[in-house]
Amino acid sequence: MSNEIAPQNSTEADITIDTVEQEDSAALKAQLKAEYKELAIQGLWKNNPGLVQLLGLCPLLAVTSTVTNALGLGLATMLVLICSNVTVSAIRHWVPKEIRIPIFVLIIAAFVTCVQLLMNAFTYGIYQSLGIFLPLIVTNCAIIGRAEAYASKNPIKQSAFDGLMMGLGFAIILILLGVIREILGQGTLFDGANLLLGDWASVLRIEVMQLDSQFLLAILPPGAFIAMGILIALKNAIDSYIKSKEVIDTEQVIERVRVNFDS
Amino acid sequence: MAFWIASSPHNHNHTKTPNLMRLVIYATLPGVLAQWYFFGWGNLIHIGLAMTTAIICEFTVLSLRKKPISHELFDGSAFLTALLIGICLPALAPWWVTVIGTMFAIVIGKQLYGGLGHNPFNPAMAGYVMLLVSFPLQMTLWQPPLTLVAVDLNFTNTLTTILTGFTAEGYSVEQVRTSIDGITMATPLDTLKTNTGLGLTVLESIKSPVFGENLALGWEWVNAGFLLGGLFLIARKAIAWQTPISFLLSLFICSFIGYSISPDSSASTMFHWFSGATMLGAFFILTDPVTGATSNKGRIVVGLLAGLLVYLIRTAGGYPDGVAFAVLLCNMSAPLIDQYTRPRTYGHQKGDK
Repeated sequence: MSNEIAPQNSTEADITIDTVEQEDSAALKAQLKAEYKELAIQGLWKNNPGLVQLLGLCPLLAVTSTVTNALGLGLATMLVLICSNVTVSAIRHWVPKEIRIPIFVLIIAAFVTCVQLLMNAFTYGIYQSLGIFLPLIVTNCAIIGRAEAYASKNPIKQSAFDGLMMGLGFAIILILLGVIREILGQGTLFDGANLLLGDWASVLRIEVMQLDSQFLLAILPPGAFIAMGILIALKNAIDSYIKSKEVIDTEQVIERVRVNFDS
Repeated sequence: MAFWIASSPHNHNHTKTPNLMRLVIYATLPGVLAQWYFFGWGNLIHIGLAMTTAIICEFTVLSLRKKPISHELFDGSAFLTALLIGICLPALAPWWVTVIGTMFAIVIGKQLYGGLGHNPFNPAMAGYVMLLVSFPLQMTLWQPPLTLVAVDLNFTNTLTTILTGFTAEGYSVEQVRTSIDGITMATPLDTLKTNTGLGLTVLESIKSPVFGENLALGWEWVNAGFLLGGLFLIARKAIAWQTPISFLLSLFICSFIGYSISPDSSASTMFHWFSGATMLGAFFILTDPVTGATSNKGRIVVGLLAGLLVYLIRTAGGYPDGVAFAVLLCNMSAPLIDQYTRPRTYGHQKGDK
């Protein structure tokens, strides 16, 4: 369950910050800054919930047929992730270890219900087009994963920031997939943005190219899988490119003598 | 010094990939010529388009992957894939259908998996199925045989239809496909499916002009051409005989059972053999050495399975022909079939691992 890739080095930092002396406070601030930076890098790139952890694939692949849908679900997930991280972190001292998972799930479910009711009230169109995938945020492993791996062990501020960065990383992947699939499938961008952002947003709709007929593969789930695979490949290619730039070849070549049939 | 000890096989036939691919390409000639004779220039134009696209895609991907370009570009497999896509497509489909299908087949169907020899699915069929799923309207633009078309479909007319959707005289694709009495003509398989759905019996539907005198006007000769080419390939030992034979046998048995039970709603066995893509699938697509089963017993099982699937999709499925889908499903199950039909190693007992 726990995927503890996130750093754990700054527990209880905000509680002790007032009591320490002046010299230590500067060092602690630097440490906090490094922690925030690390959290941002982890959430957006190194440990991106969409690209690296591959969590929450079901909504990721199902609702990204347009940018608007992707944006709606991305924002909803981000909101739930931040709120649940804050709550889990706030009550972390009083939660018995044995029943922490049900408690986390209850907290997440409560926030998802709030978000769902809010979207039902204010953005009814997008609420309808997201359908079952909005309540299904409850089962998004990215959220419970962060609650378990980070928020339950770290102070509120860091947890909130972690939620923001993880949610942002997830939302960016959703939107990227939405852009690819909407352009390939319908030749448009931000089609139906007025459903999410209000009537003024209908001017956002861009006709990228005129298609005689929809490219159904991009709109149907297989297109999502293919686009997702290409995104992951791209990320890995960039990573290995950076790595190959960084590595300075200092290893010594060890000569070995092999004995086989040829020799 | 030590003796060089090589494992079996000890006698090789020194056929290289380009030679084999060239042989298969030559073997499609009778079928392609029959297609040209009965249906005009459409498929030849599509084959040309597909080959150009394939070579460009292959070159781009190979240079991106930093592979030996001249070696792999001309191994003929890309040409064969393009040829098969061009043969399969409806003759009057717009040009971009071919281009997108070939790009998908080469880039995603073949190269992304690691190139020739690593692809789990037959690239041509993967591209074709992608088109069938993505552009259902364009993929039904089948052209009736030339003898039934009122418009003179010469080379220029066909070319302008593929490029713009209208013939040089300004007839639209729909007008070309409409017979004198104002009914859009489809393929025999399509007509049979629609008519059976409407409650007509087979005997009533085969009065439609697309069926011609015998089984399926034009299509029977195209299939006969591919049968001839396939027999040539078997004679040259380029393909194994097990797959096509068991496939045709399985399709025969299935359609025979169907015909015996209800002759009014099922087509005859020979109609199933000589219409649609049966012979092309049997000899040129199912026998793909990369994606098919490798053991002899496995090949027989794959053929039987494919025949059953084609019959089921044709009679009970949503699409009029099912060879492409059947091939992909068989490609998927081929590794499993290979696992269970592993031949006994010489000197080992049966069941001994």
